[in-house]
Amino acid sequence: MSVHTLTVDGVEVAVPDGASLLDAVRAAGAELPTLCHLDGLTPVGACRLCLVELEGSGKLQPACATAAGEGMAVLTQTPQLREWRRMAVELFFAEGNHVCAFCVANGNCELQDVAVTVGMDHSRFPYQYPNRRVDASHPQFAIDHHRCILCTRCVRVCDEIEGAHVWDVANRGAECSIIAGLDQPWGEVAACTSCGKCVDVCPTGAIFRKDDTTAEKEAHRERPQLLRAARDQHQWQNQ
Amino acid sequence: MTNPSDKLRFATVWLAGCSGCHMSFLDLDEWLFELAEHVDVVFSPVASDIKDFPENVDVCLVEGAVANADNLELALQLRQRTRLVVSFGDCAVTGNVPALRNLWSEVDGGSRQSVLDRGYLELADTGAQHPHAPGIVPELLERVRPLHEVIPVDLYLPGCPPSAERIRAAIEPLLSGETPAMEGTAMLKFG
Repeated sequence: MSVHTLTVDGVEVAVPDGASLLDAVRAAGAELPTLCHLDGLTPVGACRLCLVELEGSGKLQPACATAAGEGMAVLTQTPQLREWRRMAVELFFAEGNHVCAFCVANGNCELQDVAVTVGMDHSRFPYQYPNRRVDASHPQFAIDHHRCILCTRCVRVCDEIEGAHVWDVANRGAECSIIAGLDQPWGEVAACTSCGKCVDVCPTGAIFRKDDTTAEKEAHRERPQLLRAARDQHQWQNQ
Repeated sequence: MTNPSDKLRFATVWLAGCSGCHMSFLDLDEWLFELAEHVDVVFSPVASDIKDFPENVDVCLVEGAVANADNLELALQLRQRTRLVVSFGDCAVTGNVPALRNLWSEVDGGSRQSVLDRGYLELADTGAQHPHAPGIVPELLERVRPLHEVIPVDLYLPGCPPSAERIRAAIEPLLSGETPAMEGTAMLKFG
């Protein structure tokens, strides 16, 4: 297997061919905030939090969706990157209706956590207050679009791991939203196996179990990676 | 500024919030005695009975969003009369629950009419009617805003409510003229 040698904030690392810049950053012991990325799912580079700078290139690259290459010099923590990351998180909060106080995921929310990571003490952008839908037609689960950040983890886990492809993305810009089936009520989509994987991986309180109330959601964001390892490498959790 | 006792002139203000932040402030318990050694409480819904916001205030904690005409008037007034304004709790910092009615800003009548209809007509068991007392009941603003959209804010203290420990960690440095380090989960987590 060929190996690429590169530096992350000056630290030299070697990663196997096919590794992402995010893998290289982690191998170097550095940390990058992520929201759409989830180990075990195909990267999409949707949230833009893991943007890094490549020395000698003016372009920013999403670390999760960029292949590590020989001789790259990756910068993860320039003052400008830190400022842009904080702005990106503020925009997430301003774009939807993220009210931590009574959210089902309060205390177990990656958006809430990443706000702390980037040092967000308030949003400098005016809140948009979009009047979105809540779909509680499924007997066990519900989706509250007010809390959705369009990371598409639900779309990917349902397609790639469960193989049901219940979820998809419709429309563009401010109208963009996650849809079930052919934009049907979730409970009417026959393809849904009620496996709950979308609940497990949702970074916020957008998809949740109906019997969970404020701050009661327990996410299991490690499960796609466990299932992936079981299928591809026959490594089982109980072995 | 004349300050004979050489103590900081300290105020707390309650705008559109549930008073939970003030309850959390009272959770400081015995540290309140220590605080009283360093400050004169010159205006506060929980610690004084003064109705007009005084001049020459050093530090003011402001709980709540700006939701009605009285909130707006007091916010503008306290900014003019205060050296260091602290946005105190999630309602002041983000708008939080009081600002949820902004979701109905696009419907007929806007957010103001929607929330009044819901509260006083649709949910009324008996005697459904809108409150009407001009000059006594303050008019709602059409858009509920976080404090920093109305006046410049010097320090943000998030939380719903911020815990007593977080409040203390934020205001203790202010007593000696220092700025608190607002970072990490203990100081910044919303909700």
